[in-house]
Amino acid sequence: MATSSTPPPELAPPRLALRDVCKSFPGVVVNDHVSLDVRPAEIHALLGENGAGKSTLMKIVHGVLAADAGEILWEGRPVRIDGPAEARRLGIGMVFQHFALFESLTVAENVALGLGTRDTMKTLSARIRAVSDGYGLAIQPERHVHELSVGERQRVEIVRCLLGAPRLIILDEPTSVLTPREALALFEVLRRLRDEGCSILYISHKLDEIRMLCDRASILRGGRVVATVDPRQETARSLARLMIGTAPPDLKERRREPDAATPAGAMLEVAGLDMDRDDPHGTDLRGVSFAVKAGEILGIAGVAGNGQNALMRALSGERRLAHPEVIRIADRPAGHLGPRARRGLGLAVVPEERMGQGAVPDLTLAENALLSAYRHHGLVNRGLVHRNRSRDFAGRVIQAFNVIAHGSAAEARSLSGGNLQKFIIGREILQQPRVLVAAHPTWGVDAGSAAAIHHALVDLRDRGAAILVISQDLDELYALSDRIAVIAAGRLSESRPTHAVTAEDMGVLMAGLFEGGNAHVA
Amino acid sequence: MWPRLEARPERSRLMIYLTPLIAAGLTGVAGVILFAALGHDPLRALHAFFIAPLSTGFGWSELIVKATPLVLCALGLAVGFRGNVWNIGAEGQLILGAICAGGLALWAGDAKLPWLLPTMVLAGMIGGMAWAAIPALLRVHFNANEILVSLMLTYVAELLLGYLVHGPWRDPAGFNFPESALFGPSAQLPALVEGTRLHVGALFALAGVGGIWLLLMRAFIGFQVKVIGLAPRAGGYAGFSQARVIWLGLLCGGGMAGLAGMVEVAGPIGQLHPQISPGYGFTAIIVAFLGRLHPLGILLAGLFMALTYLGGDTLQIELGLPRAVTGVFQGMILFFLLAADVLIHHRFRFGRRPVQPRGGDRHGRA
Repeated sequence: MATSSTPPPELAPPRLALRDVCKSFPGVVVNDHVSLDVRPAEIHALLGENGAGKSTLMKIVHGVLAADAGEILWEGRPVRIDGPAEARRLGIGMVFQHFALFESLTVAENVALGLGTRDTMKTLSARIRAVSDGYGLAIQPERHVHELSVGERQRVEIVRCLLGAPRLIILDEPTSVLTPREALALFEVLRRLRDEGCSILYISHKLDEIRMLCDRASILRGGRVVATVDPRQETARSLARLMIGTAPPDLKERRREPDAATPAGAMLEVAGLDMDRDDPHGTDLRGVSFAVKAGEILGIAGVAGNGQNALMRALSGERRLAHPEVIRIADRPAGHLGPRARRGLGLAVVPEERMGQGAVPDLTLAENALLSAYRHHGLVNRGLVHRNRSRDFAGRVIQAFNVIAHGSAAEARSLSGGNLQKFIIGREILQQPRVLVAAHPTWGVDAGSAAAIHHALVDLRDRGAAILVISQDLDELYALSDRIAVIAAGRLSESRPTHAVTAEDMGVLMAGLFEGGNAHVA
Repeated sequence: MWPRLEARPERSRLMIYLTPLIAAGLTGVAGVILFAALGHDPLRALHAFFIAPLSTGFGWSELIVKATPLVLCALGLAVGFRGNVWNIGAEGQLILGAICAGGLALWAGDAKLPWLLPTMVLAGMIGGMAWAAIPALLRVHFNANEILVSLMLTYVAELLLGYLVHGPWRDPAGFNFPESALFGPSAQLPALVEGTRLHVGALFALAGVGGIWLLLMRAFIGFQVKVIGLAPRAGGYAGFSQARVIWLGLLCGGGMAGLAGMVEVAGPIGQLHPQISPGYGFTAIIVAFLGRLHPLGILLAGLFMALTYLGGDTLQIELGLPRAVTGVFQGMILFFLLAADVLIHHRFRFGRRPVQPRGGDRHGRA
């Protein structure tokens, strides 16, 4: 096939080659002699759990961090990348997981800031339009970023990147914010870019999409490259084994249909919840109704920014409602109650943000245990904190949930994201809640910890608790939920048994195409 | 090679306690430069500022007298500061405490009333709390900035005191000086050591250290204050009330400042006049931070800052320097403390940046 004058990609020097790159932070080796080749015109996956060193490695390639040792070769020549500007000059573009866009500026203004171009706004807008039309990335340069959906914002980042005529694009977990349909459209764009000769380094921990999209995959574990494979020849299970070192436990075996043995009463009931947004970028909730029975898990799917945040605040009591009857917890009206009183009714909550909401970064784990468990285990006695009991309780959470930390005196900020999430979930579960509301329980958590968290949730369900899981991760919802509903633009679809919701149904529901939804049927 | 600043993975507990000492040391160094630039022998000046005031027993007693109101005010402020409630008006709350306690003393006159002093303590605390309740109310209900409200109320308090001692409460036998009559004997705090101005107010400060320590370090409400201060969203998640922390912070700050005002007028001063406080309420802000918002730290910091008042007086006498030197030293302490606090989250690394790709052409391609 490769009979043209240009050598086939295997023989040309790699577009980007890392040779024995090392990086440590105080006390931790993050990248340990990492070597990696990204060939011209290939989509190369970088696969690994959280904390495997993916982000650090990408920051080194992008010039944000400097490696301690090792060599970076760009098209066969050693280079020193000492800043993002130098990376851009070489032809390396990056699309971040958390977008770096100014909300109050227009698309064109944001692009201008990122590129440092001397074009006038008019020429720049024309260039943006040309690139976006060329790749089917519909964006309008004159719109303000705060009006855009998350998917559109990602397109802005990609177009900004493409305007720099990159020869290597790095994408960090690009589909974590997209609907399945948006993700497929993104894959089309990436394949086209590859066919035009651009190399793509694709960071993800979603095994299925890597198998669908990527030509090669390097797997990072504990800061080392453990294998480079052709993902199309692998199964999701074999990739997962490479990624976490052992085969993932199969959750499906533990699933069980909610049967007659479980009590029928709804433990968490929401009836006609209407709530106006309290910040300009929020979402109004309209007519949200659902019920979660004891011994079942209800999953709420949806693309971020469709009202999940507002729903969490309404359920936890951080935002109180005028009408008590709108929310009932354990058959008692609770809409008017604050978080403390709702916890008294048996509610536990795993909030969306770990640092700063679910835990205070500057406090120890013992103090963070007290944060939500103060009603239990005699942690507070006559207004005074019982410090030994707080320590013991934190220790029990650490032990039962296998949290990797230097004991209960460690500050929460010193824990990795996955470990902190295990701590928070453990803290809530050990309070023996009758109702647990969990937002994105395994978002950004490595596969090993995610499996542990899923088991803990299923265990709690089997012990008779009612659990509501709000997540963007469809795999997670399919694995956990007994029933699934979808939130779109502040409205919630009817819930259906999980086995009756196909991936296609899900895409339609996520677009708001359901009875009472906002979208118009085209 | 210049040292580089590098983020620490965790806060340094050592540095939390060390930076106040570093700040004090740097202030000494800056003091040497300052005195030398003014044409004085820096060692003699530093001796006069820091050592001479403590060379006599009387000096030590004066140190405690000055430290008492500083510690009392700073203890109350620390409760608020830990919860991000920025009460800058302890000076005004101190004045209101003095007015309320002093009014009671003037009303009693020379009568022998055993309950007078306890009532004055209560009146002083209530006066300070009432003054602090204004910014609390405005913040909780109208989201008015408590920094501005509490600060501006300080000037209102000063004018109120001025009006009272120039007008209705002026001593008829006082040759038209703007001051009240001297308080009767039963309205004066008993001395601790004869021949000094050391009075039982110092014991109030010690009791305050214990009480505030219990509140902040052991009580659940102190934990709530800390959480709201460090991470308000976590406080909301846990169900802790922000409004409650605002009220608690301001009422503690006001009550303790009011007690300090009572202690001053019923102790060393013995009457009301316009200059009852040389800025104790403001200096207490520095004391609170220098003491790391910890009651025991505040006790030590209060003694240290009291020394800057005594040292300023000595310098004025020995070298003829203006009294403003006290303010300069207090300012330098806070300045160096804020600068040195960077070491809590960062550390210096010496040596070269260890990134050297072998033989790389840095600007090879066009």
